Amino acid sequence: MDRLPKWADAVLVPLISIVIAFLLSALVILGIGENPVNALGIMIQGALGSTYGWGYTLYYATNFTFTGLAVAVAFHGSLFNIGGDGQAQLGGLGVALACLMIPWPNWWLALLGATAASALFGAAWAAIPAWLQAKRGSHIVITTIMFNFIGSGLMLYVIKNFLKPVGSMDPASANFPKVTALPNLSSVLGIFGIPFSKQTPANITLLIALIACVVVWLLIWHTRFGFALRAFGKSEPAARYAGISPVKITMAAMLISGALAGMMSINNVMGESGRLVLNSSEGAGFIGIAVALMGRSHPLGVLLAAILFGFLYQGGAELAMWTTIPPQLIWVIQALVILFTGALDNMVRMPVEAAFRKFGKRGN
Amino acid sequence: MSFETLISILDSTIRLGTPLLLACLAGLFSERSGIFDIGLEGKMLVAAFLSAAVAYLTHNAWLGLLAGIAGSLVFSMIHGLASITFRGNQLISGVAINMLASGITVLVGQNWFHLGGGTPALSDSARFNDITLPLAKTLSGVPYLGRIYDQLISGHSILVYVAFLAVPATWWVLFKTRFGLRLRAVGENPSAVDTAGVSVVGLRYGALVITGILCGLAGSYLSTSLAAGFGKEMTAGRGYIALAALIFAKWRPWQALGATMFFGFLAALSIRYATIDIGFLVIPSEFMDALPYILTVVILAGFVGKAIPPRAGGEPYVKER
Repeated sequence: MDRLPKWADAVLVPLISIVIAFLLSALVILGIGENPVNALGIMIQGALGSTYGWGYTLYYATNFTFTGLAVAVAFHGSLFNIGGDGQAQLGGLGVALACLMIPWPNWWLALLGATAASALFGAAWAAIPAWLQAKRGSHIVITTIMFNFIGSGLMLYVIKNFLKPVGSMDPASANFPKVTALPNLSSVLGIFGIPFSKQTPANITLLIALIACVVVWLLIWHTRFGFALRAFGKSEPAARYAGISPVKITMAAMLISGALAGMMSINNVMGESGRLVLNSSEGAGFIGIAVALMGRSHPLGVLLAAILFGFLYQGGAELAMWTTIPPQLIWVIQALVILFTGALDNMVRMPVEAAFRKFGKRGN
Repeated sequence: MSFETLISILDSTIRLGTPLLLACLAGLFSERSGIFDIGLEGKMLVAAFLSAAVAYLTHNAWLGLLAGIAGSLVFSMIHGLASITFRGNQLISGVAINMLASGITVLVGQNWFHLGGGTPALSDSARFNDITLPLAKTLSGVPYLGRIYDQLISGHSILVYVAFLAVPATWWVLFKTRFGLRLRAVGENPSAVDTAGVSVVGLRYGALVITGILCGLAGSYLSTSLAAGFGKEMTAGRGYIALAALIFAKWRPWQALGATMFFGFLAALSIRYATIDIGFLVIPSEFMDALPYILTVVILAGFVGKAIPPRAGGEPYVKER
């Protein structure tokens, strides 16, 4: 067996995939009559050229870090959680209930409470598909897809009938109390004397996302559970033989995954909008799939991929403002990234392996 | 409920069930050959867009249909390349295809028509119009049966009749032809098929071609028959409902007809009534919309009859050496 060196497997192959995905995206931009080099310039200027741009980039990146980690944890157990979007929306319900029902004395207690509620609701929404997979062998991909749709129906019903203030036409909950407003990134950075734009939705949740990355890293590589999860993901029969319970591992992995997806909502529902709107996650659950694939399910990779996608989102919004390119360009880029880093991985890997073989022989 | 109301609800059941039926049969071919396909939605969306766009530009619904099928086939072949040739993850490929379709249709649509991703409304010549079956008007005076013939069976676009004919055709191909036998075998035990000297890769690509054509028909029906033009994200989850129906039907063609018409009926009810009062309980329309998904989960859970997918589904085939 000729295996690739570790660095090539972890960095080179994904990098080539991403380059191919971006080149194809550039062709798409050319195809609709715009200049890809100009477009890239506008994106970089708009997303990274000011602290205002950075604020939005990091705000999006925070969302995608959570949903990316959610997909990544499940991936380690060979479970494909497509339900991150539904879990994030239910997490939003948890945040809304916590913020609206409980009279919090200050923001940080509210943050703790809302975080717990979002994780709980997200995990609860993942629990049924997880249980069905573990106990009844129902394919988790199909059940989580179904739960996305059931979830959005449920959210529509709950918001319309219970959370919407009387007389309001807008399908959204009431505004959360002022005290639950989270400090934004400019005030956090202000403590260290770093000037940062006040006009962006980036908030203290970014720090929670970073903590989540570290916690997930510790969990996967430095705990007994993480070992069992990875063993189960590599080979279920072997794990079973080693005395690892598939039911427990599946349940635990999916509950953690759902909780992480749900926690995204403290960023967008509590931190940004300050109320619960319809479809609050805006597809971030699906972006989590691209982020996890690109980050090779490693928290550091997920974080970097989330920042890249944050850049794409903010850059894409700027593109839509200054050119005729609609923001849906991001969906195309995202799809190509998923296609090349996920499904067409072998297409990139095989030639790289062949090249390494050839190079290796010459070295001898 | 009056007879008139019932007829009109059943009429919209057929209209709303048809795209589900075509997409469900599409998924049936692919999944029976061992290729999971959660990209039905994306293929329909691409076909819906290209059909409407080309029909608008050429004033010809048939050219639109061809373009839709071609687009759907291209996406189906991308799925084949990823999941058959390069043995990638079929589910991930499906997710990518759905996203690609959502993005590219708006991108190209905005570029061509500048209408926020949609196409202009189609005139009658660019659409598949309703066909009046022979004697429909003469017989409409006959109580009940005549009305059913005139209003329910007659008066649909040609694609509806194609969809209904596709059910026995699928059954025949799958269970009465050599190709069908091999197709089913390759979804259950590909190495046995390989041992018999039949190409696994060839069969699976063949199945995906049929999937592409049927998804093309489904998408084309949406934009050039059910509606008059393409709107952003117009498939609205129908590909996933078709997938649900496929599981509900346990991967069998006649049951697929039943499942998709049942889901079409639920959709027709939820469009007609905001809430349904069944005496002691008021059912909100959100529940009606979510019901196909809920029922699928129940079926998948195996509490009411177990849904067992083709055994080799989702597994890339690696030839033994």
